[in-house]
Amino acid sequence: MSVVTLRVNGQEVAVPAGASLLEAARAAGVELPTLCHLEGLTPVGACRLCLVAPEAGGRLLPACATEAAEGMAIRTDTEELQRYRRMAVELFFAEGNHVCAFCVANGDCELQDVAVAVGMDHSRFPYRYPHRHVDASHPQFALDHHRCILCTRCVRVCDEIEGAHVWDVAMRGSQCTIIAGLDEPWGDVEACTSCGKCVDVCPTGALFRKEDTTAEKHPHAERAELLRRAREQHQWSNQ
Amino acid sequence: MPVPQPESPARQLRCCGASGCRSAGGDALLAALRTACDADATEGLTIKPVGCLRLCGRGPLVACDGPEGTRLYGAVPPERAADLLAAAREQGAEAGGARAALESHRLDLEHPFFRLQRPVVLETCGQVDPESIDDALAHGAYGQLRRVLAELTPKQVRDEVRRSGLRGRGGAGYPTGLKWDTVALQPPGPRTVVCNADEGDPGAFMDRSVLESDPHRLIEGMAIAAYAVGADRGYVYVRAEYPLAIERLRLALQQARRKGVLGRGIFGSDFSLTIEVRVGAGAYVCGEETALLLSIQGQRGMPRPRPPYPAQSGLWGAPTLINNVETFSAVPAILREGGDWYAAMGTEGSRGTKVFALSGAVRHTGLVEVPMGMPLRTVVEEMGGGVPDGSAVKAVQTGGPSGGCIPEERLDTPVDYESLLQLGSMMGSGGMVVMGETTSMPVVARHFMRFSVNESCGKCVPCRAGTVQLAELLDRFVEHRAEAADLERLEELCGMVRATSLCGLGQAAPNPVLSTLRWFRHEYEAALREPSHCEPPDTCTVGPDGETRGYAP
Repeated sequence: MSVVTLRVNGQEVAVPAGASLLEAARAAGVELPTLCHLEGLTPVGACRLCLVAPEAGGRLLPACATEAAEGMAIRTDTEELQRYRRMAVELFFAEGNHVCAFCVANGDCELQDVAVAVGMDHSRFPYRYPHRHVDASHPQFALDHHRCILCTRCVRVCDEIEGAHVWDVAMRGSQCTIIAGLDEPWGDVEACTSCGKCVDVCPTGALFRKEDTTAEKHPHAERAELLRRAREQHQWSNQ
Repeated sequence: MPVPQPESPARQLRCCGASGCRSAGGDALLAALRTACDADATEGLTIKPVGCLRLCGRGPLVACDGPEGTRLYGAVPPERAADLLAAAREQGAEAGGARAALESHRLDLEHPFFRLQRPVVLETCGQVDPESIDDALAHGAYGQLRRVLAELTPKQVRDEVRRSGLRGRGGAGYPTGLKWDTVALQPPGPRTVVCNADEGDPGAFMDRSVLESDPHRLIEGMAIAAYAVGADRGYVYVRAEYPLAIERLRLALQQARRKGVLGRGIFGSDFSLTIEVRVGAGAYVCGEETALLLSIQGQRGMPRPRPPYPAQSGLWGAPTLINNVETFSAVPAILREGGDWYAAMGTEGSRGTKVFALSGAVRHTGLVEVPMGMPLRTVVEEMGGGVPDGSAVKAVQTGGPSGGCIPEERLDTPVDYESLLQLGSMMGSGGMVVMGETTSMPVVARHFMRFSVNESCGKCVPCRAGTVQLAELLDRFVEHRAEAADLERLEELCGMVRATSLCGLGQAAPNPVLSTLRWFRHEYEAALREPSHCEPPDTCTVGPDGETRGYAP
């Protein structure tokens, strides 16, 4: 297996060829905040939290979606990146209706975690309080669009791991919304196998089990990676 | 080698049948001319529908050719058809009278608007009948494709294009020859060429005019490109808002297939090419190359991070060459005259000519093709004739929602990629919107920001949510509710959206704000303390107050 070496925040690190900058950063012991990225799913580079700065200058790179290259040198913690990350998290909070106090995911929410990580205690941008709805038509699960950050993990896990492609994105811009089937109530979508993977990978309280109430959701975001490893490398976690 | 001129009939009337003149009544005029001509049984006079005759603002346009030269008439009502016919006929008492009657419609072909043009891409635009391949062939169409296939290797073609210094005319200005090489030098396998005809910038209509006026030139350019990079498949991605362009392009492709210009074993060589039209569904972001490719594949048009670039992995994973309409359309002339000929025009970094769509507060609205490096002032004031009421130009907007406003005091800047970037604008695809003194810059910025809000695909958060916040901040300035902190917040958020957005649309979305902040900061500051000195929004030439015109969210 060939290896590439690069520098993360001045520290030399070697990763297998084909690894992402995110993996390289982790190999260097650097934790980058992520929201849309999930091990086991195709990276989309949408949340922009894992952006890193090449030392050579040029555009910022999404670490999750950029392949590590030999001799590369990146910085993950410049003052500018920290400002941008905080603003991105502010934008996330301002564009939806995120009320931690009565959210199912309170205490186990990745959006909350990144807010803590980037030091965002309030949004300087006015909250938009969008009118969104809740789809509780599925017998076991529900989707609360107010809490959706459009990371598309559910879309990808359902398409890439479960192979059902129940979810997709409709509309555009700030009107974007996750839809089930052909924009049908989730409960009416026959393709849904009720496997619950979308609920497990959802970083917020948008997708949840109906039996969970405030602060009772405990997702299993690692499920995508475990399944992929089982399928592709025939390694099961219980072995 | 000059453009082969067909044995033109001694006398003909060329009627513009492109969208601009059609909307001004060009169809009715053409019908009236034909009726009058039939009734007259006039001998030796041809009435020919052609493409754009450039001065769109004075449509419908008719060019009257004869041995004594060409006369151009504008804003001709159908009732004057008989006069036009008489004027087109030989010299005589009647012709003289008719000409006198039409004198008020006559346009001066020696005016700088026409005189300073340097048609390359548009060399047969307005000459050929866009619906007739025979006429196009008579004007030399596909001559270079035939020659290239018979005489040149793909590498020689690419060398010629590289020598020309041609850069992508879609806006970013990537060197065309380099892009062609990158595609050609990928590992063996299928390749595709794609023409980006999703011209979406407000105020840009160059590509539409080329498609409507001279579709065979584009097809020839694409075919030459396909040969040069080893592709046997091509797609033209056209926006649905261009029905006439789509109709003419489809007809042209059909004619080209029938003539054996497309298909298997073109001109007896072993080169084969099929070209299909794909029609967009009204998303501006589909002009971004990775989104465009997904849209062709039948998927949701959303940009993806690059690399890999389409040249490495594009349509269905195959190396894909994507160029804009104007880029492909420049290729036949470059091969005919040679790369050096093309490179001799323009400036050091920006070779050749560029087509601009001149509109807004300007006397002469229409299409101009000029050498790169011409001062903006020459284009706007000499060719365009300045603001109709004679007042001063305030700014020129280039590059649409990705570009910026160039203030009057910088109009002596040469038009080239680098100079416009330095001014905080960009070449863009070629829309040039002139603004008069009554235009309020915060309103202009908000207009374009609302466009970006509406056209964001919603994938990445800076563009999806950042543009919404920017538009809201701009509302505060337009409505004189802004505080000093808002100005700071505006600049900070612009910087963030620019630096962190995934694709060019988001990265460039703050440009209209940043450029107006740079050159017209006092207007924003005036909005902080007291009502701005600007006119109310409804008197602005660009930027309606936002609730209308289809851009508002």
